[in-house]
Amino acid sequence: MKREASRAISFVVNGAERTYKGPAFKRLIDVLREDFGLTGTKEGCGEGECGACTVLLDGKPAASCLVPVSQVHGRKVETVESLARGESLNPLQRSFLEEAAAQCGICTPGILLTAWSWVKAGGSADPEAVRKHLSGNLCRCTGYQSIVDAVVKTVKKRRAA
Amino acid sequence: MRGIPGSMQVLRPRTADEAVEAFAEHPLALPVAGGTDVMVLWNMGLLNDRPVLDLSAVAGWRGVRKAPGGLRVGALTTHAELRDHPEIRRSFPLLAQACAEVGSVQIQNRGTIGGNIANASPAGDTFPALAVYEAKVHARSRHGVRVIPFLDVFAGVKKTVLNQAELISAVELPFLPAKPHRTVFRKVGTRSAQAISKIVAAGLLWLGKGRAVSELRFALGSMAPTVRRLRAVEARVAGRKLGPALVATAVEDAARDVFPIDDIRSTAEYRLAVSRNILRSFLQA
Ligand SMILES: Cc1cc2nc3c(=O)[nH]c(=O)nc-3n(C[C@H](O)[C@H](O)[C@H](O)COP(=O)(O)OP(=O)(O)OC[C@H]3O[C@@H](n4cnc5c(N)ncnc54)[C@H](O)[C@@H]3O)c2cc1C
Ligand code: FES
Ligand code: FES
Repeated sequence: MKREASRAISFVVNGAERTYKGPAFKRLIDVLREDFGLTGTKEGCGEGECGACTVLLDGKPAASCLVPVSQVHGRKVETVESLARGESLNPLQRSFLEEAAAQCGICTPGILLTAWSWVKAGGSADPEAVRKHLSGNLCRCTGYQSIVDAVVKTVKKRRAA
Repeated sequence: MRGIPGSMQVLRPRTADEAVEAFAEHPLALPVAGGTDVMVLWNMGLLNDRPVLDLSAVAGWRGVRKAPGGLRVGALTTHAELRDHPEIRRSFPLLAQACAEVGSVQIQNRGTIGGNIANASPAGDTFPALAVYEAKVHARSRHGVRVIPFLDVFAGVKKTVLNQAELISAVELPFLPAKPHRTVFRKVGTRSAQAISKIVAAGLLWLGKGRAVSELRFALGSMAPTVRRLRAVEARVAGRKLGPALVATAVEDAARDVFPIDDIRSTAEYRLAVSRNILRSFLQA
């Protein structure tokens, strides 16, 4: 069995294989921001309450402030940087712009990823179901309505397409 | 003060045997499953310099399997997996409902049933369901597996009867002898997400000849240092028909098995009143 304070930990970040060398108990959020320069992921509470640090771990929303990097070896991580292709925004991001669903923006990366997991999994356009799925993501600015509208709009567009 | 990653030694067993061996060799190591309880404390800098036993790679402790007379849920099974599992939803729906109310999607995707039990919060949301389903907890050490009836696992607030070198490997769910006529699960919190329960309740009721109660199982969380079955209420209604007078007496009896307190989340009075309302509407239905 492996026992060490640090070792190489490899995982896929936004489609590319990355290797981290350093303390194995570093938080995933800190590895993404400090070691990989992916500062799109934001820290709010550091206690799992606010969802600002949400990333997709094997496609599912997880609070990266609560994940020791030792646990992501061999797994797949997606951050907000994975959504746009260069200057071209993904459909959910476009709806966020159109519905003015971001104000200060600190919650936005986490909300986009939680919402994207919903859209991708074929989640419904029922605003109540969307609210429930997003209930672990706090926003102090928008009052949520514009966010829910943006997600519902994206789901509907996808269905129509 | 924050957690200092460089101060932590991480042990990463791949098998159950490796895990219990490592725990025996490092009795001060802190087990980590989904980390949703541990990492909060660690982020506050409260756990620096501890060796960590990262259980997340232990094969065989994840997922739901058929077992003789029931299902065996691996300790590393997440709330999300239980929430969505067809066989859990069919045979143990109150557990699926409880898991759907834990924290948020993010917490459900990471938090495990073993971690929920080992953490032994008075407000653990899966506990009333596990209590009425009469689950059994498998505590594994290098000496083998000890099977503990669910209610006996808890020794107090945040305390279990697990020995130094024991890890939870699984939770056994025996199939119910017959389909209950009524079931209830209720979580009462300040809001729907991320709220620690003020009260959490689960109940199963079987009716027999002439609609007399053949069995009632009713459990409450957040109403005492540990989850409680309402034994006095269960005994009161056994074998009798649920008329208004009996329901009223039974609802009074609810106070006999719980010890609610005033705390930051609620008051003892509120907790007892709401628990009685849940019980009353369940028995009256
Ligand atoms: C924002 C937030 C909201 C939450 N909401 C809820 C809620 O609504 N309801 C609720 O019940 N809980 C809630 N929790 C608490 C937590 O998510 C659950 O208790 C979860 O099930 C813990 O599982 P875990 O795998 O993450 O545990 P971990 O954090 O990995 O471990 C928890 C404890 O159990 C020990 N442990 C873990 N696995 C084992 C094992 N197999 N054998 C022996 N010991 C073990 C650890 O050493 C630690 O002491 C919340 C937590 C957060 C951060
Ligand atoms: S920063 Fe991770 S949940 Fe708030
Ligand atoms: S836009 Fe400011 S917190 Fe959500």
